Amino acid sequence: MLFFIEVTLSGMMAGVMYSLVALGFVLIFKASGIFNFAQGVMALFAALTLVGLMEKFNFPIWLAIIGTIVVMIALAWLIERIMLRHLVNQEPIILFMATLGLAYVLEGMGDILWGSDVKVLDLGIPQGASDWMLDSFDIYIEKLEIFAAVTAAIMVAFLAVFFQKTRIGRALRAVADDHQAALSVGISLHTIWVIVWSVAGIVALVAGIMWGSKSGVQFSLSLIALKALPVLILGGFTSVPGAIIGGLIIGVGEKIAEVYLGPFVGGAIENWFAYMLALAFLLFRPQGLFGEKIIERV
Amino acid sequence: MRKLSRTILAALLAAPLMSGIASAYELVMPTLDYRTGPYAPNGIPFANGYGDYLNMLNERDGGINGARISLVPCETGYNTKKGVECYEKLKGEGQSGALVFQPLSTGITYQLIPKASVDEIPIFSMGYGRTSAANGKIFPWVFNFPATYWSQATVFVQYIAEKEGGMDNLKGKKIALVYHNSAYGKEPIRTLEKAAEKYGFEFMAMPVDHPGQEQKATWLQIRREKPDWVMMWGWGVMNQVAIKEAASIRYPMDRFIGVWWSGSENDVLPAGAAADGYLSGAFHQPGDNFGAHDDIKKYVYDKGMGLGDRDRIGEVLYNRGLVAAMWTSEAIRKAMEIHGTNEIRGVHVRDGFEALEVDEARLKELGLEGFTIPVSITCENHEGPGQVALQQWDAKAKKWSLVSGFYEPLRDITAPLIAEDSAQFAAENNVTERSCN
Repeated sequence: MLFFIEVTLSGMMAGVMYSLVALGFVLIFKASGIFNFAQGVMALFAALTLVGLMEKFNFPIWLAIIGTIVVMIALAWLIERIMLRHLVNQEPIILFMATLGLAYVLEGMGDILWGSDVKVLDLGIPQGASDWMLDSFDIYIEKLEIFAAVTAAIMVAFLAVFFQKTRIGRALRAVADDHQAALSVGISLHTIWVIVWSVAGIVALVAGIMWGSKSGVQFSLSLIALKALPVLILGGFTSVPGAIIGGLIIGVGEKIAEVYLGPFVGGAIENWFAYMLALAFLLFRPQGLFGEKIIERV
Repeated sequence: MRKLSRTILAALLAAPLMSGIASAYELVMPTLDYRTGPYAPNGIPFANGYGDYLNMLNERDGGINGARISLVPCETGYNTKKGVECYEKLKGEGQSGALVFQPLSTGITYQLIPKASVDEIPIFSMGYGRTSAANGKIFPWVFNFPATYWSQATVFVQYIAEKEGGMDNLKGKKIALVYHNSAYGKEPIRTLEKAAEKYGFEFMAMPVDHPGQEQKATWLQIRREKPDWVMMWGWGVMNQVAIKEAASIRYPMDRFIGVWWSGSENDVLPAGAAADGYLSGAFHQPGDNFGAHDDIKKYVYDKGMGLGDRDRIGEVLYNRGLVAAMWTSEAIRKAMEIHGTNEIRGVHVRDGFEALEVDEARLKELGLEGFTIPVSITCENHEGPGQVALQQWDAKAKKWSLVSGFYEPLRDITAPLIAEDSAQFAAENNVTERSCN
């Protein structure tokens, strides 16, 4: 039983790590209907920039974080100017393909600017198993993942306040609900897009920091996007709480499957099991757990 | 008479000049690199070591026996499909055609094995690829010396037995293998199963899917099963995450042994102090305190021609690339000697590989005394010595060092497996065993 609890808790913690990536997808999809394929690469690019500023320019941690946030905001502005602005009113598939291209551009830029080596990211975030949990209850939980869970909770609270209580947040929701109506009341679509891509960039930085602290900052970090996809399918593409709940379900589901079913089928099932789980949910709720129900009137 | 004297004089004056001019015939050596993608951190140092050594030969000696080496890089991204495309693109490159391919990927190697025999270009899958290619009678175009994965697995078993107080003490012990869920990662499983049968230890195989960024479930199982030893056949980010996870569950690092592709600076540095004591296989020394390294710095880096950072010369994977280049260039030299010409092609280089002898004396001449084991290849045996040592990471000094001598593999386990697997390959592909007499 103790082992089952340990697997469940570890799954929840891993799920929070997936949610951090999924949140960035949700923000952009919510405000613009774009499925941003480049979100994983944005996390990589942000983490590379952070380490690069610390290593190559000897920035202290706080300054490097601020510097990276500035870079991510500048990137959002550039994306809006160079890419999105010219694709207004295009089909969603066109916008999706544009983000696919953006992913390759960002990956190449990261390589040219900061190199392809594994970079150690040490921001002083606690690492290793929680000694207290291990010694007192013989349960293994990583301190980094507890830290990530707390960070995710703070971020969700911040995003909730931002969306519900601020003027910009209300404008974002208006754009998300109806582009044309939002434009008719004087909301600038371009400004909103810059803001939302900037926020997604900052979320990507947080995800990059957590995953980079875990494995070192390297190009495989961009593949974490693949971990976020089943989370999005399950939680819904437009729901911030959905990204968190979806992450928890996927994290727990895949760990339990790997540990208890894996040995009977040769193991290494957690990657595809997450997608199976998401697909099973799709059969009953195509919009995901918390997604908006699509009603098409003919 | 006077005219003849003048001609002789002119010829005598021109002779030293002529000998100083390198032959126009270039030796084309494609390099299947991966400097991009998730496995780039490992692909880059290998490619740098490989390229720097060959560039050093060009700058210091004018190439090999006066024939300059033409390095032709092709990016594979550690992707089998791209690797095959690179092979097809480069096999006919230049006057010599590709002389030898070093795929640096077991997946690519498997795909190139049937092509190599048709195109008559040797594949040097140094310490990776298809293990049964050690049987030169069935695989005349593939060389996997100085040791195979199967030899390495049996060396790890011997090392474990030594620490446990003898082979008899393996009985009842539990040994886990955490492996990359690919052709590469699965290579040692059969050998370890055979060894488990023979010595009575329990063997557990635990796959980790590409790329291995998340492997918590695997390490939870290790925590539950409490194996006495863990081996790892990993690559790329899988290695770094596994070492961190092992440290997190307080698994003793000196009981955790990685394949030689899981034992570079990249793999241990992200785990910091927690990686101290981690072990891995090795067939050469780490470090840059050898004459060949000095020459690379003098003839390549001082001229601004280095492929990487000067301060990373001597890292484990850099030296892996360097030793691959050394053995390849020696095989080419041997091919020139056998055929009496510098204008060689892949078919000749195969002969060079099959007559390759790089002993201690030759290593000393090459500025690599004590760097690696002496190698002697024959028509039958493409694995060569099969010996493997273990190296250990000192996190404080941030240094790898060899902590054992070179073990002989357990040939009573590996030889029948090689014979069986190569016979199966021969039957499936209508290959007739060649005579080596």
